[in-house]
Amino acid sequence: MATEKEQTLPAPPVAKWAPVVALGWLIPGGGHFLLKRTGRGLLLLVAITGMFLCGLMMRGAMFQPQRGDLLTTVINTGGFLGDIASGLLYLLSVWLGYNQPDMPGHVHDYGTKFLVTAGLLNLLAMTDAFEIAAGRKD
Amino acid sequence: MPKMNLTHFEAAFLFALFTSVVMGIVTKRTDRDRLHYGVYVFVCFFVALFGIGWLMYFGHG
Repeated sequence: MATEKEQTLPAPPVAKWAPVVALGWLIPGGGHFLLKRTGRGLLLLVAITGMFLCGLMMRGAMFQPQRGDLLTTVINTGGFLGDIASGLLYLLSVWLGYNQPDMPGHVHDYGTKFLVTAGLLNLLAMTDAFEIAAGRKD
Repeated sequence: MPKMNLTHFEAAFLFALFTSVVMGIVTKRTDRDRLHYGVYVFVCFFVALFGIGWLMYFGHG
């Protein structure tokens, strides 16, 4: 039923949502700022950037896409996609030379998860911005 | 960049906090619902944290 309802929704024009989603990817909460949802944008910026910075300070590792058995491919490629979903935070940290090898220890392990989760939370923020830009949400 | 050395509890607390804020903002439509849902998600994280923690404690004997 829900699928039928979703299928009947007209596709919003790309020019309406693309800049919002692109800015939302680049800067966490940026899409919300562009849509004049400043308070929510600010909270998203603080939460996602805070999580990413905690991941860096815990010396979490960034994933690189690797080919191998199915599990290795899924974990590393999925982790890499999660990392780059943080946008400018990821790009800046890589450009500035952050290259932490994967090390044993619970703090490093949490750090790696924080870095990936920051990207995944940014994906949720981008989806929210898309829905607002498309007029499906206030 | 300074290095953070957190315990399991501190790391899980920060993880729950940041995640709850984002989940609250993106899932609901009014500020009141957002606050309620954010707090609910945070509490769920903590129930799971302590619940699974005790399960592992008893599981290891």
